[in-house]
Amino acid sequence: MKPFLYQRPGSLAQTFDLLSEYGSSARILAGGTDLIVGLRQQSVDASVLVDIKGIGEFLPEVAFADGHFVIGATTDISRVCENEKFRATFPALVEAMETVGSVQIRNRATLVGNVCNASPAADTVPPLAIYGAMVNVGGRDGTRQVPVQEFIRGPRQTALRPGEFVLSVQLPVPNAPLGVAFARLTRRRGVDLATVNLSCSIDSVGTVRFAFGAVGPRLVLGIERSGVLADSGAPAGDRDAALANLIAATSPRTDIRGTQDYRSAMLLVLSRRILAEAAGRLDSGQP
Amino acid sequence: MIDALPVVLNINGLKYEFEVLPYRSLLDVLRDELGLTGTKECCAVGECGACTVHFDGRSINACLMLAIEADGGSVTTIEGIAPPGEMTRVQDAFLEHGAVQCGFCIPGMVMSAEYLLARNPHPTEEETREGLSGNLCRCGGYNRMLQAISSVSEESTP
Repeated sequence: MKPFLYQRPGSLAQTFDLLSEYGSSARILAGGTDLIVGLRQQSVDASVLVDIKGIGEFLPEVAFADGHFVIGATTDISRVCENEKFRATFPALVEAMETVGSVQIRNRATLVGNVCNASPAADTVPPLAIYGAMVNVGGRDGTRQVPVQEFIRGPRQTALRPGEFVLSVQLPVPNAPLGVAFARLTRRRGVDLATVNLSCSIDSVGTVRFAFGAVGPRLVLGIERSGVLADSGAPAGDRDAALANLIAATSPRTDIRGTQDYRSAMLLVLSRRILAEAAGRLDSGQP
Repeated sequence: MIDALPVVLNINGLKYEFEVLPYRSLLDVLRDELGLTGTKECCAVGECGACTVHFDGRSINACLMLAIEADGGSVTTIEGIAPPGEMTRVQDAFLEHGAVQCGFCIPGMVMSAEYLLARNPHPTEEETREGLSGNLCRCGGYNRMLQAISSVSEESTP
């Protein structure tokens, strides 16, 4: 690794001071499972790492307040997955989190870091968007909220402005019955990037939402309100046509993990599958 | 010029105080500065698990953690998993089941197996596979490892 300085501020105020002092040459260090790899492979350049794990304001555990779950920037994925109430409320997101890396990676990697890394293949992002996650961005002048799908603007590009960093991600507890499911396709189970990943929700009035990952520079969101996807008795051809219409907004490319055609074909197969799963969860009263 | 920073670390029950450059990984320091070479380096990007150690009781990839980040914490490496000269049940079972071929992945495999069994003494085969999914064995000796872990699980009372 190229040499860099290390700072471990004890408060948010000190962190903002460091970010303004060092500017764009500073990188935030939380779990480090993407950052350290980037530094070693020299795909990331940093003259100083600001380790935010010493910040007193951050809570290590998942917090619940005012109908929202809040996951701080230093909370690792394993800790989120261990929270029983969170598991029961956001099962599809937990499934996505449990596919990230491996046990060792999840014990370090943070959910916020998975968002900030802004990979088009990030597994947690489709279900975060489906559950309506908001990113709490902190800056010297205060905090602003950005929906997760707007926060990630492209590969490795976020809505962060100079001097800002992400304090937490928050998820509203669904206030009406909702069924949500997640799927991903990889070449092997552990420590692989998604060929495609996707999540969908279905509510009791028949609105279906889809989020497709790894099939475009940004997350692709789709919504279907006609009810044909919510009606499992509708002709299969009509349902496939509605899914194909949503998938048409994606722009998969050919790379080492799959061809464009393969990705499109698998999106349809997996969309059918998670739609059935989400409908089952809605019927059973699971979110 | 970047200065070395002071670190206090408990490693395998012993207190170590040293200075470290901020861009040194925990793995580099364990192996190259402290002589604890049981922890292996292979991929150095968190994919193979050969560098698995326990940090504050949780299994992690030592290649993805800076030594300076570990300041104030406690680390258990393969050298400290059992008292000197002794082996854990997992290590014995790996030998009994012929789970060790070239041996390079084994320290990491044992650390992952110990972590799995400490949290879940009776894992299903699927849970065991998931518990080891961050560890690669290029000899392909996974089945014997699963048998070894399963034998340890069966010995303890459910």
